[in-house]
Amino acid sequence: MFIDFFYKLRETGLDVSVNEWLTVMEALKKNLCKSSLTEFYYVCRSIVVRSESEFDKFDTAFADYFKDIKKFDQIPQEIYDFLENPKEMAEDFDKLAADLRNGNLTLEDLQRLLRERLEEQKERHDGGIYWIGTGGGSTMGHSGYSPKGIRVGGGEGRLRSALQMAGEHNYKDFREDNILDTRQLQVAFRRLRQFSSRVDGPKTELDVEKTIQKTCDNAGRLKLVFDRPRQNTVKLIVLFDSGGSMHRYSQMCSALFQAVSKSNHFKDLKIYYFHNCIYDQLYTTPECIYDKSVETNWVLRNLNKDYKVIFVGDAAMSPTELLSVGGNFYYGVFNEEPGIEWIRKFKKKYQNVIWLNPILESRWIHTYGYDTIRMISKEVDMYELTVSRMEYALKKLIASK
Amino acid sequence: MNNFNGSNEYVVSDDLMRSVNISMALEKPLLIKGEPGTGKTMLADAISKALGKKLIIWNIKSTTKAQDGLYVYDTVQRLYDSQFGTEGVNDIKKYIKLGKLGEAFNSDEQVVLLIDEIDKADLEFPNDLLWELDKMEFYIPETKETIKAKVRPIVIITSNAEKELPDAFLRRCIFHYIEFPNAEMMAEIIKVHFNNIDEYLLEKVLEAFYLIRDVRDVQKKPSTSEVIDWIQALAISGIDPDTIKETVPFAGVLLKKNEDLEAVEKAKERGFVRPRW
Repeated sequence: MFIDFFYKLRETGLDVSVNEWLTVMEALKKNLCKSSLTEFYYVCRSIVVRSESEFDKFDTAFADYFKDIKKFDQIPQEIYDFLENPKEMAEDFDKLAADLRNGNLTLEDLQRLLRERLEEQKERHDGGIYWIGTGGGSTMGHSGYSPKGIRVGGGEGRLRSALQMAGEHNYKDFREDNILDTRQLQVAFRRLRQFSSRVDGPKTELDVEKTIQKTCDNAGRLKLVFDRPRQNTVKLIVLFDSGGSMHRYSQMCSALFQAVSKSNHFKDLKIYYFHNCIYDQLYTTPECIYDKSVETNWVLRNLNKDYKVIFVGDAAMSPTELLSVGGNFYYGVFNEEPGIEWIRKFKKKYQNVIWLNPILESRWIHTYGYDTIRMISKEVDMYELTVSRMEYALKKLIASK
Repeated sequence: MNNFNGSNEYVVSDDLMRSVNISMALEKPLLIKGEPGTGKTMLADAISKALGKKLIIWNIKSTTKAQDGLYVYDTVQRLYDSQFGTEGVNDIKKYIKLGKLGEAFNSDEQVVLLIDEIDKADLEFPNDLLWELDKMEFYIPETKETIKAKVRPIVIITSNAEKELPDAFLRRCIFHYIEFPNAEMMAEIIKVHFNNIDEYLLEKVLEAFYLIRDVRDVQKKPSTSEVIDWIQALAISGIDPDTIKETVPFAGVLLKKNEDLEAVEKAKERGFVRPRW
């Protein structure tokens, strides 16, 4: 059942496996859905979806697959009300007559009939062959018999709400390609881990092998040996662009900053700021004041090549800022070497360098600064600052080259 | 069949109730995600009370290992005992202690097992429990025993989404995301905690509360437990409900960070109107 829907879900990008689908079938068999589309929506969603970021995808697929049913959503409340309490079918009901009468109707016919009845019908009807009702042989209603027909009411009454909900896209905010918040970023940063036990710290873990060895050496008297637990060895340099064109992304960058600075699992974390492009100085505060700056060469000399480097910036600037000697237009600070050379220096010294760009990748080719974006992304791997891309970027960052 | 309909002390949304019943009917663990303070942990308690079943809580910490939940073999104790020839050293069972998961499996009656904040543990932790949660059994090599659940426990797992859970694990769970309650729901929740609360005060408190939650610069958004404390404070001090929005008294009860307090202070001066850039 609903095999098409299964493939539809997979097409939408939900990673549904056969196992989960069998669970859905099991739920159907156990009548957890109570033959209602609304219940089916919830049951199916709770089994198939694994994160709130996927709700929207599910809603899209669901709305799309069941969209044709939507045409019957204008059933007046009164009709639902009387359909709530179905009448039994008459004993002498002529099934054959119903087959002959309704057997050849197409879906369009049925829809037309329903529309007509909805206009005419003013009261309850049961056991007949013409009106919307229960226990009869007409093409509309429920608890009746007809070879073809449209079920109206009887547990299905909330059909509308399921599709409505799916259509509303209530969970759009959680989509993974959306822009990040601090917590999501923190989760992303936890990917940056490389464990090693060769770091300082208290010895708290029992080393079984050595314990056995020592105990034997000790003529069988127990001697316990402890070792240091493994710890993360990742060291990170993060360089933020705090230039004018970054202002509109300040919210996002602040979230990123929060996430980085809260992540306490790094062995070492250095944060510097720059204005549009890096030159001779890096700044230690976002205001980029000369008083609070360090020589970029000092950084390159003193932070060894084990550090991983993340640039955060829009990379959009005037080409002269990137390519010219003296291109740094900021407070008249002169640079002997063009900005791009400094980027290359970082690239040369550190093996793992990435650039995160708050501008969406689809806009890189025609936004302001497209040429500098292109030039920089040739030097450094550039990724847009969204959850999914950033996770990918961090994976790249951790992989040793 | 078990059917959960909420309880007197726990206000449950239709959605959540549905998910709980689905997971019980399909005998699969229910994974609950949501903001802190949406009552994830309380849910298991409510279920156990409503169904009259024992609740076993396994609190996960960053150092917790999957093995701890199954059983612990106290080797060191046994080694020490063997040195002094203590009685029963050759009985290995004496040194095997069942963990929370083992306890739940070993129980004669169906229990509710809460695995709280599973995301606190190491990234690989959930993967180590796949088989155990699927088959509801595990093997103890030391005693050559298999602990198998007599009745499959109702398993509730909560996560704050600090870490992503592995796919294989998620596949085996029924997933439910608890949304932060809206004002209507929140009013209901508060009424469960306070027997006779002044309607007008409640209305004003919630108005201010949701405005504060909406202030963009607030990092740690106040949640249910904070608003309950806040109402308590406001009710005791007898503050005029009309002034709550303008003055935000006892803001420290709601907000735990200096930066957040300042952000709300600023927003208050603007009358909670968002600044335009």
